[in-house]
Amino acid sequence: MENLFNLFVRSIFIDNMIFAYFLGMCSFLAVSKTVKTSLGLGVAVTFVLLITVPANWLLENYLLKPGALSWLSGDYKSMDLSYLSFIMYIAVIAAIVQLVEMVVEKFSPALYNALGIFLPLIAVNCAILGASLFMQEREYQTISEATVYAIGSGIGWLLAIVSIAAIKEKIRYSHIPAPLRGLGISFILTGLMAIAFMSFMGIKI
Amino acid sequence: MSEIIKQERDPWFSKKNLKLLTAPFNLDNPITVQVLGICSALAVTVQMKPAIVMALSVTIVTAFSNLIIAAMRNTIPSRIRIIVQLVVIAALVIIVDQILKAYVYDVSKKLSVFVGLIITNCILMGRLEAFAMANKPWPSFVDGIGNGIGYGMVLVIVSFFRELLGSGTIFGWKIIPESLYKMGYENNGLMILPPMALITIGVIIWIQRGKTRELIDKS
Repeated sequence: MENLFNLFVRSIFIDNMIFAYFLGMCSFLAVSKTVKTSLGLGVAVTFVLLITVPANWLLENYLLKPGALSWLSGDYKSMDLSYLSFIMYIAVIAAIVQLVEMVVEKFSPALYNALGIFLPLIAVNCAILGASLFMQEREYQTISEATVYAIGSGIGWLLAIVSIAAIKEKIRYSHIPAPLRGLGISFILTGLMAIAFMSFMGIKI
Repeated sequence: MSEIIKQERDPWFSKKNLKLLTAPFNLDNPITVQVLGICSALAVTVQMKPAIVMALSVTIVTAFSNLIIAAMRNTIPSRIRIIVQLVVIAALVIIVDQILKAYVYDVSKKLSVFVGLIITNCILMGRLEAFAMANKPWPSFVDGIGNGIGYGMVLVIVSFFRELLGSGTIFGWKIIPESLYKMGYENNGLMILPPMALITIGVIIWIQRGKTRELIDKS
């Protein structure tokens, strides 16, 4: 339990998707114009992460890992399908995003209208594939670890995009040198925020 | 392949194709102007060697996925085109990943998940959607190479400054003389940490837009 809580806090603040690994930067920079839309995108990313990472964990542990097929029969003990992992992960992600889009449209039109345009974009958000690849690289032992990691990194991403959107709303009224306006200042702002987030590095629970 | 090129009647390196190749170097740079493929640009630039390997891999994958998708563009149903594109890209990335693991294992370890993340690199999807779906294979191939090089240039510049100021080396060779360290010079440890990649790119954008006025945001 303690271990899971530790992982949760770590994945939000220390291993933050944006500030430590720069994953999902494209939509982070493009969509963060207002707090409301970035909140929508952040919730959608967290939601998709919550489903895809455990799904890919199952795939990794029961299909792809060296020896993972031994539950099928002893003959497959030496099978190693790990070279297929990229294509399997991206297929699972694209399929689940499509599925989530259809389910949400059917059962909750209000949520669909709020997330609608962002959902298809998420399939190519690097944060989603990145979380699955980190899950594979760090070899999380149980499915609950993978799930907690997914929620944590989703919330971390949400926190980052909402805070940059809030700053961007305020910065519209300030006087910035012309060549730095727009993209340039967003990069420098994100850098400064990342330095601020580094202060969480020493935290241990 | 040769038939397709014959139909075009353009010479291979016509003015139009050359423009496709060079536009991404400055005016249409994937990172600083189109804002594509930033994730990996930031994370792999601590040292020059991984940055160059990454740039090469992205160039190869972009060029060939553009070529393949452009060749198939009339047969892909538009409803499922994203999945088709992802499968083509993923297959190419697997090939690149296996080659890197076989020949430059240490660099491949350093790049860790970022080789796999080429799949979701926005440059690829962006160029496929914006260019390869509407153009012939050869111009698309050139466009892929151009964008790959434009991306690589930013990577090389960022990693040059980060490695030089952060650890005093270039390609692992000591550049800053020992005597300077004795006089009290210190490596700037901050340059190795992630935030400085963002700020370095911010400064590059600032300089580029200062020099090329037409890129400045009007809003």
